[in-house]
Amino acid sequence: MQDHAFEGVGLTRAYQLEGVTVEALRGVDLRIGQGEFVAILGPSGSGKSTLMHLLGCLDRPTSGVLRVGGVDVATLDDSSLADLRNRMIGFVFQSFHLLARTSALDNVALPLVYRGLGKVERRAMARQALEAVGLGHRMDHRPSQMSGGEQQRVAIARALVGEPQVVLADEPTGNLDTRNGAEVMALLDRLNADRGVAVVIVTHEPEIAAHARRQIHVRDGLIEQDTHENR
Amino acid sequence: MRTAEALRMALEALRVNRLRSGLTMFGVIVGVLAVVILVAIGTGAKNTVEKEIAGLGSNIILVVPGQVGLGAAPTQSRLDLTDVAYVRRIVGDPSKVTVAVNSGESVRVGRTEVFTTLTGTDQNMSNIFDRPLRRGRYLSQTDVDTRRRVAVLGADLGAKLFGDVDPIGRQVTIAGVRFRVVGVYETVGSTFGVDRDQEVHVPVTTAQRLIGLPRINGIAVGASGPDEIEPLQKRVVAGLEARYPDEKFSAVTQTQLLGTIGTVLGMLTGVLAAIAGISLIVGGVGVSNIMLVSVRERTKEIGLRKALGARQRDVLGQFLIEAVLLTTIGGMIGIAIGVGGSLTIQALTPVPAVVTWWSVALAFGVSAAVGVFFGVAPARRAARLDPVVALRAE
Repeated sequence: MQDHAFEGVGLTRAYQLEGVTVEALRGVDLRIGQGEFVAILGPSGSGKSTLMHLLGCLDRPTSGVLRVGGVDVATLDDSSLADLRNRMIGFVFQSFHLLARTSALDNVALPLVYRGLGKVERRAMARQALEAVGLGHRMDHRPSQMSGGEQQRVAIARALVGEPQVVLADEPTGNLDTRNGAEVMALLDRLNADRGVAVVIVTHEPEIAAHARRQIHVRDGLIEQDTHENR
Repeated sequence: MRTAEALRMALEALRVNRLRSGLTMFGVIVGVLAVVILVAIGTGAKNTVEKEIAGLGSNIILVVPGQVGLGAAPTQSRLDLTDVAYVRRIVGDPSKVTVAVNSGESVRVGRTEVFTTLTGTDQNMSNIFDRPLRRGRYLSQTDVDTRRRVAVLGADLGAKLFGDVDPIGRQVTIAGVRFRVVGVYETVGSTFGVDRDQEVHVPVTTAQRLIGLPRINGIAVGASGPDEIEPLQKRVVAGLEARYPDEKFSAVTQTQLLGTIGTVLGMLTGVLAAIAGISLIVGGVGVSNIMLVSVRERTKEIGLRKALGARQRDVLGQFLIEAVLLTTIGGMIGIAIGVGGSLTIQALTPVPAVVTWWSVALAFGVSAAVGVFFGVAPARRAARLDPVVALRAE
């Protein structure tokens, strides 16, 4: 049996805000399998961003067990966690987060720098990734020379270049108009279908969430509804 | 992440902020160039003085009345020529002892008059001091015994008084008394600010009569080898103090002079270097400051890099290398300007400047160390940023 992409049991995450403990997640159980297409929905303040940070290994749970690709993150130190992020997860952010003075090609190649690959290899892989998102003609452009939709596709290429098991997309269409948003979603659909990459989208828009085959509704730090619960 | 990659990234970051990088480097450049130039001048001064002392001759002991030391007042001499004879007996070899009587006098030829140092000495002077002749002869024993009015001129004095004319056999008037020139010395330079090429030497007996006092100012003894210096020095001082129980005498060797002067000038060079070093540290603080600004500005970038798999040490390395590059590039520019400046000073002014490899190495090493030292705090701050918080930063 293959490991789940994510497996969380009793996840909680509490913050100290000016001496007051705020519980952003209050006990979440969740499994996301390989190749799934999942949307995490919820109003702002529901804990969905916190959940995404946990899944993305950017943060650690206060309590509970989280396994990413079968590895318990509690057993990893900071560098191993960084390695896990690098190998397992591709991020797509609402505001793209591309390096402004760097070409599309080098932006896409950035995750491979931290994998220790040489320049030639990095560029070859980045070129392929850019071609896969239909931006083969934009390799030497800088983010400022591209439209928002193109920038987000560069970001998706960057998420893909390391061949991760999961792409985590945080409001990927939040800064895009409807047409570009639809294009980005179509791209994510296709990646999921063609490559078998698990896609987890965090959003508050039901239309976006409708692309996913499974919706997880988060409210007040708990999973309110999971359309896949019975599997 | 590979080191080459980190270097490339740091260079890129510096290139992007060219003006800021340049201004930050400026502090380091000034610090390093100050260290290099000031140490060059200090070393140059020390070398010059050492060369002057060594240029006197070798294994010389100077015997003077009173205590010699920094801050000691000059003592009125009560030595006379009988004491010289006494010292000759102590030393054993009379030809290795000479004498000096000094006085400031005017020397005149026709309408040309030069005020200069008159030194009364004897035939043994040239056995002890390096004082090659250009023309004519040294003073002789007969000159001393018979109080002849003959003079040997320093090279520059000769040229000043006689121009292109050969002075040998010609008359000069010293303190109103006519002397015949019998020799001219080679150029030897100056010692302790006294230009020896301006001196005039006459027989010691003649000088005493001219001045009107039977005193001498000092005795110089030449040791036969470096090992002879110390025992000889002790013997001469002990002998003189036995002869004059109420008096103190000093015998100074070149080594001691070199040691004292070397220490003083070495200290001076060190103080100059330290002052320059302070500006280097101020430059380092500037680097630290700018790196902190840079970390703050690039918080989002740091968050992104961490999300993409950068480890703490990757981020630490990136910012540390940036800081070290700032200071080492600044250091190299500072060294280039400092060396160039020292050579220019050497060429255009009488100030001696000697660039030493250790000052260059030190300046470079210190600037690199300053980069590490002042880069660590900002780089650690960057490395420890929480990616969640960093990604959210505006």
